[in-house]
Formats: sequence, C-alpha cells, structure tokens
Amino acid sequence: MTNALRVEGLEKRYGSVQALKGVDLEVGEGELVGLLGPNGAGKSTLVKIAVGLVRASGGRAEVAGARAGSRAARAELGYLAELFRFPGWYSADEVLALHQHLAGSDGGSEERRRLLELVALADAAGRRVDGMSKGMQQRLGIAQALVGKPRLLLLDEPTSALDPVGRRTVRLLLERLREEGVSVLLNSHLLSEIELVCDRVAILLGGELVAAGSPTELSRPRGVEVETDEGVRTVEGATREDAPRLVAEAVASGRQVYGVRVLTSTLEDVYLEAVGGETD
Amino acid sequence: MSSVGAIVLYGFREAVRRKVFAVVVLLTAIFLFLFWLANHYVFRELANIQPPADVNVDTRTFAGAFLMGLAMFATLFLGVVLAVFLTLGVVSGDAERGLLQPLVVRPVGRGTLLLSRFLGAAAVSTVYVLTVYALAMLITSETGHWTPSSKVAPGLELAGGVVIVIALSLLGSVALSSTANGIAVFMLFGAGLVAGLLGSIGHALNSHTIQHASTIAAWALPFEALYQDGLRLIARDETGITGFLLQLGPFGGAYVHGWGIRVWAAGYLVIALALALVAFARRDL
Repeated sequence: MTNALRVEGLEKRYGSVQALKGVDLEVGEGELVGLLGPNGAGKSTLVKIAVGLVRASGGRAEVAGARAGSRAARAELGYLAELFRFPGWYSADEVLALHQHLAGSDGGSEERRRLLELVALADAAGRRVDGMSKGMQQRLGIAQALVGKPRLLLLDEPTSALDPVGRRTVRLLLERLREEGVSVLLNSHLLSEIELVCDRVAILLGGELVAAGSPTELSRPRGVEVETDEGVRTVEGATREDAPRLVAEAVASGRQVYGVRVLTSTLEDVYLEAVGGETD
Repeated sequence: MSSVGAIVLYGFREAVRRKVFAVVVLLTAIFLFLFWLANHYVFRELANIQPPADVNVDTRTFAGAFLMGLAMFATLFLGVVLAVFLTLGVVSGDAERGLLQPLVVRPVGRGTLLLSRFLGAAAVSTVYVLTVYALAMLITSETGHWTPSSKVAPGLELAGGVVIVIALSLLGSVALSSTANGIAVFMLFGAGLVAGLLGSIGHALNSHTIQHASTIAAWALPFEALYQDGLRLIARDETGITGFLLQLGPFGGAYVHGWGIRVWAAGYLVIALALALVAFARRDL
C-alpha cells in the first residue's frame, strides 16, 4: 500500500532563502507523525507543499501516490492551517456544509453533527464564527479538516489556541483517528503533546531533517538510578541491561534497595540536542 | 448545490456582510432621485430654450441624449464600484486574512474557485447595471418623452465594460493587496475615462495625435470603448447639427466602435481571465 505522504529530496527556495534543503519524509497508513523544529525550520513550508498551497522548487511530494497539489491528492487530505479564519458570518454548521460542497462529501447533516460532536462543539452548531472563542474556532478548524473522511490529515499547530482541556480533546481525537486508520502529520511546538500521541517524530532544522524515528528510538540512555537506605545514586552510562547487576551489587554490599529506575532522555532533551539549543 | 454555487453564494454573503450592497443601493437611490430631478427640470424648461435661429437643433433629443449619457456614466461608475468591491481582495486579501487557504486545498481547485467568484460578481454586477440603466431610461422616457435610438445594446455594452473591470480586478488581486488592487483598478478606470474625453477633444480640435492616443487607450482598455460605443448607440439615428453637438461630448464619443471592438473586448476578457487563472495557479499562498 502507498504511503499517505511521501516526500523525497524536497526543496523550496524563497528568493535567496532556502527554506527546505532536500527533505525526505514518509507518513505511513494510520501513522501519526510529529513534525518538530524551531520557527523558520521549514515545517509549515513542508506542510504547505504537501497540501498544494506552495510549489516546491525541487524534489517530490506525493499524497496517497498522487502528486501533491493535484486534484487527486487534494481529495485525500484534510488540512488545518496555522493561521486560518472562517467567515465570521457563517455558523459552525454552515462552515462544515460549505466544506462538504467543496470536498464533494455526501455525508450531509449526519457527518456535520458527528464532526461537531468529535470536537466538542455539538452545542454550537448554530453559533456564528464571530461569536466563538479562538479555541472554539480552532476546534471547528479541526472538524473542517475532517470533512469527507480524509486519508491524510495535516495539522499545523492545531492546539496553539487551546486550553488544557481543549488540548486533551484534540489528543484523544488524534488517538481515535489513528485507530480508524487516518494518517496524521502533526506540526507542533508542544513536545509533550507530540511525545504522547505520535508514532514517529521528525525534527527539522534550517530546512534539513536532522533527526527522525519513534520517540523510543530517539531517546538515549542516561543511566540508572538506584534508591537505597543510603539515598539515591545515579550510575551514569548504565543501561536497562545493567539494572539487575546494579541491584545485586547493592544487595551484596548490605544495602536495602527501595527502587531502581532506568533513565532515558525525554523528547525535549532529544529535540534540544538535535537543534543545538537553537531557538527562534 | 454544486461547489460552484456554494462559492458564488459564499462571495455573495461576504458582500452582504461587508455592506457593499447597502452602500451601492443607497448611492443608486440618491443618483436616481437626482437624475429624475434633473430630467424633470430640464424637460420642463425645454420650451424656454431658444437656440440661435440659424442653428437647427432638436433640443428634446439633445437634452434626452445628454441626460441619458450622464446616466450611463453614473451607471458605469456605480457598477465599477460594486464590481471592484466584490473582487478586489478575492486572492491576496482573502489569503492575508487566512480565509482562502482552507478553500483552495479542497478538490474543487483554484481555477474553479476563481471562476466561481468571477461568475458571482459578473452576475450581480450585470443585473445591477441593466437595472439602473433601464430605470434611467424609464425616467427619461416618462419625464421627457424621449427614448434612445438603441435601447438594449447600450445597456449590454455597459454591463460588458463592468465585467471586463471584474476580470482586471481579479487579475490584480492575485498579485496585489486589496488596497493596492482597488487603487490600481480605479486608476485604470479613470485613465480610460480620461482617454475617452481626450478622444472627444481630439476630434473636436481635429488633432490626430490626441485621436491616436485615444484610440490606443480604447483598445488597451476596452471597457471604456464599450461605454463610448453605448453612448454612440443611444443617439445613433441623430444627424445634422444635433448629432454633431452630441458627438462633441462629453457623452457622445465612440470613435472606436462597432463589432471590431466588441469582439476584441470579448477576447480581452478571456485573456484577462486566463492570465488571472495562470497567475493564481502559480501563486504561493
């Protein structure tokens, strides 16, 4: 089966600025991939090329086997832009109805009701966008992206305007979508969010892919922490395999062992290491 | 509803919300009232106007054609205002506000989106122009008992001129911000009108240079040529000194006229739309 998204040697140049320098990335069927990187790393450019908003200067991008930007590719995706707005004079239900027309969805009112329920806006179907909070508009944006049951969902900072409850709603929604086999490329600054939901993570820096893999693959062993009656001792460089030996040694030397913990780097550590502490 | 219908309705609702229609309807009502007032007084005083004995002028025809020419200018101007405000921010303006991106990533595509916005604006503007033109003709007919030599074709040419302006505005909206596009289109419109007036002056003075410049402008900006041709048609049957005076203008030009300019205007519209589609297809958003 073809990948939901396949990017090969993708390049984009804006005048003298090279936003993407030959990026390779794949999002498999039902896979949830997180895209990380500081501002200006090229994340949004990559997503925009995938949805056809921006033309690549070089390389290839395919959505479900179709050239990115083509009608066939657009028919397979749902997209939430980082900066978007819906007409303020439309109600939530009308926004979804408009996108049903444009997406050629025949889901009708049942699909609209289901999507509004998914993003916890069931009670706001008739409310005008003008009267919605930023968080509600963001959730409506996610519902809009899901119109027509897309195979690939590209979300550019989908939780930037959400409170903790809203973020949890989106996180649960993403997990549910994964169960339904929808592929997701999630572009976000929230490392904890990505760590919680993503199968794989790709880190961009200066238009280049500097790290990619599952959160587990990317994490590095940082030692083993042993808690005894003498206190907590961290053995640098030790791995999970060393834990039984360390416990045995402590017991042999007459110590009472209360706990042992294998330490690994968090996604934040991996990220900071990959981008060299660079911030925007 | 088809996706085209949905986009047309979207543009229509946007215009209603921005009170474009409310402003244009108000201005139109004011204009029509003033136009009726002008007709009422001009035709009431017509019997008191005594041209020199050796000048054989049909004063009723002259007044009727002159007033109708004035109404056509006002109709064109208001039609262009409506058309420009419906279309000046269709691409760049909506993209800056983040309204466009969710729409263009849909399968319906950029071309259909732009053409739908064109169709919506063209339909609304055409209905508007034909309605105001018909009302102005009705006012002149009822108050002055004068009707143009050609009744339908001038209205259609006015509407055609406005549709060309819509295509230019859409083309401009791909590259320019809303404000810059609005200014650019109104300057083009103004340049066309000035060129038309220059043509009248050039013919009155028999200046070939001015006539030549005016002719080039008419072909470069055919909405002006269509308007001038419409002016010519309302007094097409007038000859002698009356016809000559009307030709002097400001509402009686058309030195570039006939089927040649009409066919070119249609071609120009197609070219402007094609350029807008190509430019939009290549535009990064």
